Amino acid sequence: MNKLFSRGSDALAMAAIDSGLKFYAGYPITPQNDIPEFLSRELPKVGGTFVQAESEVASINMLLGASSCGFRVMTSSSSPGISLMQEGISYLAGSELPAVIVNVSRWGPGLGGIGASQGDYHQATKGGGHGDYFIPVFAPYSVQEMYDLTVKAFDVADKYRTPALILADVMISLMRETLIRRYPEGIKPPEKSWAFGERKGERQKIIKSLYLKGNELEVHNWKLHKKFEEMKKNEILFDKYLCDDADIIIVAFGMVARVARSTIELARENGLKLGLFRPISLVPYPEEELFSLTKTCKNFFVIEMNTGQMLYDVMRILGRNVNIRFYGKPSSYVPTPDDLFNKAKELFNI
Amino acid sequence: MKAVYKKPEVLKNPCFHFCPGCHHGTVHKLVAEAIDSLNLKDSALAVIGVGCGVFLYDYLDVDSLEAPHGRGLAVATGVKRVRPERIVFTYQGDGDLASIGMAESVHAANRGENVTVIFVNNTIYGMTGGQMAPTTLLGQVTTTSPYGREFHRDGYPIRMAEMLATLEGVALSARVSVCTPKYLFDAKKIIKKAFEMQLDNMGFTFVEVLSSCPTNWNMSSMDALNRVKEEMIPFFPLGVFKERKMPDVL
Repeated sequence: MNKLFSRGSDALAMAAIDSGLKFYAGYPITPQNDIPEFLSRELPKVGGTFVQAESEVASINMLLGASSCGFRVMTSSSSPGISLMQEGISYLAGSELPAVIVNVSRWGPGLGGIGASQGDYHQATKGGGHGDYFIPVFAPYSVQEMYDLTVKAFDVADKYRTPALILADVMISLMRETLIRRYPEGIKPPEKSWAFGERKGERQKIIKSLYLKGNELEVHNWKLHKKFEEMKKNEILFDKYLCDDADIIIVAFGMVARVARSTIELARENGLKLGLFRPISLVPYPEEELFSLTKTCKNFFVIEMNTGQMLYDVMRILGRNVNIRFYGKPSSYVPTPDDLFNKAKELFNI
Repeated sequence: MKAVYKKPEVLKNPCFHFCPGCHHGTVHKLVAEAIDSLNLKDSALAVIGVGCGVFLYDYLDVDSLEAPHGRGLAVATGVKRVRPERIVFTYQGDGDLASIGMAESVHAANRGENVTVIFVNNTIYGMTGGQMAPTTLLGQVTTTSPYGREFHRDGYPIRMAEMLATLEGVALSARVSVCTPKYLFDAKKIIKKAFEMQLDNMGFTFVEVLSSCPTNWNMSSMDALNRVKEEMIPFFPLGVFKERKMPDVL
């Protein structure tokens, strides 16, 4: 274990290397260029391959090829590039190929802007590609989590043979904090008997997502669904902060949750008991854990840097018998702790 | 008795689903013969594009990976970079490689990826029912060019083998046909050569095979065969447009 003062993007890239990353392909796009720049320098030193692809479309498909050979693979991009990758993500899901995809999200629709954003929540969690599938999604809110959740994403991707997404943002990516590099010696990736290796007279292996005969497609889709049900049982991650006595619980993820922690301290100094519920795995969403808070609290304050996307999930989970208020900030300017405190007072008539 | 001919060993199922007169079955067999003759059954890895060739894994006993439409050469890049010991080839049609996958194809060629491409050009989208392709000849009637391909509206047919021959990364770029016995033997040699060059780490090897599509051309098998000879070859001349003699060291 070693202790560093690290940037979020470097922490993520180090975690990928420590997880045994073999192949990275990517295309330049702001604000995630620090990740490919780091890996183009560091990955060849540990025997990995870095390819600057001609597009995000090519990047994700290069991952499909390298993943089929049983190696750990990753790409990173930012929102418009992630849109281009959706076709490939759907094929990875359909072909049951593990991969880690990092979205240091920016603004849209269209070119939007390059600042911090949470505008991709729907795309990330509800599947931007075609077909009936979900992929696990993790949202870091610190440099340490950029590292830890990347390690986790590789594990989950391999365990369920699925692509996994890290939904980060530029604030977390470019922030510097203390980092405990937990696996500097590296992790040994699992053996994959399903992958293309040396054939040595074995039976032909076919990796595909086309199923035309009889009911094989139905069987395949239920199989994918069953994996998702297993993820719901085993892979949920969340964080609770001062929820037990809270009069109002903030529900937020990523950088907004980070700001919210300061808001809570500020509010409590001023006699208002706020708490925070933070989903870390956005897929699978910590539904039961969020719902259980309604036993002690009836006021929920959803805050996002968009016009209300996770809000739909929170409304679905909590139902109509609780008081839900929303504050959205669809711009690159991250709200301050004061902003959120004042909004809480305004929206809950305090 | 001496065997003068036998089914290639790697061709596990010669009962093709292809239409009568279609050349895909012949091209499959040529690929199978090349794999047999170079003893590549265990090392060959097929990356299969979307189109009539997508069921190649049902016919050839080689490890196979299905690529999204057009992305075959990006997928093949990923495979070859992490498994350089595998002999990687893509099998792609003209819609797949020359239209939706043009960027992936040109850039893989330009990077000199050490993979082999079997590019089946039948001047039409076969699997989807005969729409205009980037290779459709001027004047050719298809379901989406019912008045014939017209260059002001539809542009010109693309000559892929000539175009890729201009790129430094390309080791072999050739166009062959299987419409006469002589051409078929030439095609067999070039396909084998492409695999041999990959074995020698020469770089990107590209073989365009002119193919018939009687069903979507609305022709009998014999007329379709003649069309390859009389209409396609004049526009898409056969030949080797580039052949590197040494591995790629500039």
